Amino acid sequence: MIIPRVPVQHRRLLPDRRLSGPTPWVIAILMMLTLLAAAAGVGLARSANAIGSAIAGRVTVQIVTPNPVTRAEQAAALRRAAAAQPFVLSARAVDREELQATLGQWFGSADGDDPVLNSLPLPALVDIDFVGENRSRHMEQLQALVAAEAPGARIIPHAEWLGPVAQLIGSLAWIAGGLVLLMTLASAAVVIMTARAALGTHFATIEMLHLIGATDRQITRLFQRRIAIDTAYGIALGTVVAAAILLLIGWQWAGITSGLAATASLGPTGWALLLALPLLAIALAALTARQTLLAALKKIL
Amino acid sequence: MVEFDGVGLRYGPDAEVLCDISFNLQPGSFYFLTGPSGAGKTSLLKMLYLAQRPSRGIVRLFGEDLVNMPRQRLPGFRRRIGVVFQDFRLIPHLSARDNIALPLRIAGVSEEDLSGPVGEMLSWIGLGDRADARPATLSGGEQQRVAIARAVIARPQLLVADEPTGNVDPEMAMRLLGLFEALNRLGTTVVVATHDIHLISRIENAQMMRLEKGRLADPTGALRYPPANRA
Repeated sequence: MIIPRVPVQHRRLLPDRRLSGPTPWVIAILMMLTLLAAAAGVGLARSANAIGSAIAGRVTVQIVTPNPVTRAEQAAALRRAAAAQPFVLSARAVDREELQATLGQWFGSADGDDPVLNSLPLPALVDIDFVGENRSRHMEQLQALVAAEAPGARIIPHAEWLGPVAQLIGSLAWIAGGLVLLMTLASAAVVIMTARAALGTHFATIEMLHLIGATDRQITRLFQRRIAIDTAYGIALGTVVAAAILLLIGWQWAGITSGLAATASLGPTGWALLLALPLLAIALAALTARQTLLAALKKIL
Repeated sequence: MVEFDGVGLRYGPDAEVLCDISFNLQPGSFYFLTGPSGAGKTSLLKMLYLAQRPSRGIVRLFGEDLVNMPRQRLPGFRRRIGVVFQDFRLIPHLSARDNIALPLRIAGVSEEDLSGPVGEMLSWIGLGDRADARPATLSGGEQQRVAIARAVIARPQLLVADEPTGNVDPEMAMRLLGLFEALNRLGTTVVVATHDIHLISRIENAQMMRLEKGRLADPTGALRYPPANRA
């Protein structure tokens, strides 16, 4: 039982006022930060996975043949030949306008019609997605195909340049997980201090209860109940504030539909984890309080 | 009922506050514990009501060795002992009624079953109309009466009282002593620590233990363990 049942008359053995003063507020702040860190961790982990999956099986073939007509022909031939291969999921030639639009963002001429941009000798690009997991074998097959259709072209695996980004996001997710763990430990420490302070404050009552025959279990249940309720108030408050912040961020995030940011979301599992965290926190607090109280009471005859 | 054999008690590295204490309290008897301040009366009582284990020697209570008894068994023994503390030790946020009912509640007596005895006890100590008063609003004598009522409400087999009449007027002192005597007649062994020599003379057949400088003097010879005639 997370919050033990204690008869009403026994509850009166502790004064009505809250045991620990600031404890619910400290727990609320820690819970809010824990949930935000957990949400960040889940979002980043999902983003890292999404990016990893997306780039693991994708390559871009860069054809740099000087003659633009030959370059275009080679790109078209490679796209057709690749699309016909069983190890290729999809093959797409990146058209010149798309390339110019991308480059235009860097040249400050996104509207196009930039004479400098128009005069650049841009390579022809073909994006290829592999089928399945056997990517090293597929790469060898593609190299043979490229050698036949577009000699001299470079094959660029996306994992080479987006991999570090995915790794960074993965590392941030682990850091967020570490923060969740640290804040959980900090919450447990707050509960331990609260339990010890409660024992100190009510030592005379505890000593009296012992002397008239109360068991450690009876005394522990009294304090465990009070601490669990105090903690539950804090956790509920922290959860409500964190939920409000997450909903606000989610609402703003919904406007981002492109780039790496679009890959970050919580998903059903993430939301389930976030909902489970407050319940786990209450259980942890009650268990921590119980063990702390029992250990402290054992030191008294 | 209670056997002490060669019991010594020291707090930390200091010299023993109680030394070579041996006695045997018989069931249903009445004892006074006397001695000057600092003689060790409260320390001896603490061992009797299981708030303190001895540093050496043997203590047997209700036929069981208490020195080596696991602490989880102590509550069961404590419920058979009533204690009246010199400083009352009432729980300040509980009413007089709830303070008196405490031992019964701890023992698991239902609210239905405890209301009668608690009401009777309140009437007997003359606080029937102050049942809901908190200790801070009661006089010293009233607090003392509540403390005594709490100690006897569960009909303990052993009643230990530390200066139980120190804060009440002579009339109430005699009434309280009468209560102890009545309990004693019902079979409760009573140990009362007191300085009041007049109180001692009021109880017939009461035996006296006198502590001096941590050692037990035995004016009657009846308390020695083993008894003098067998030693």
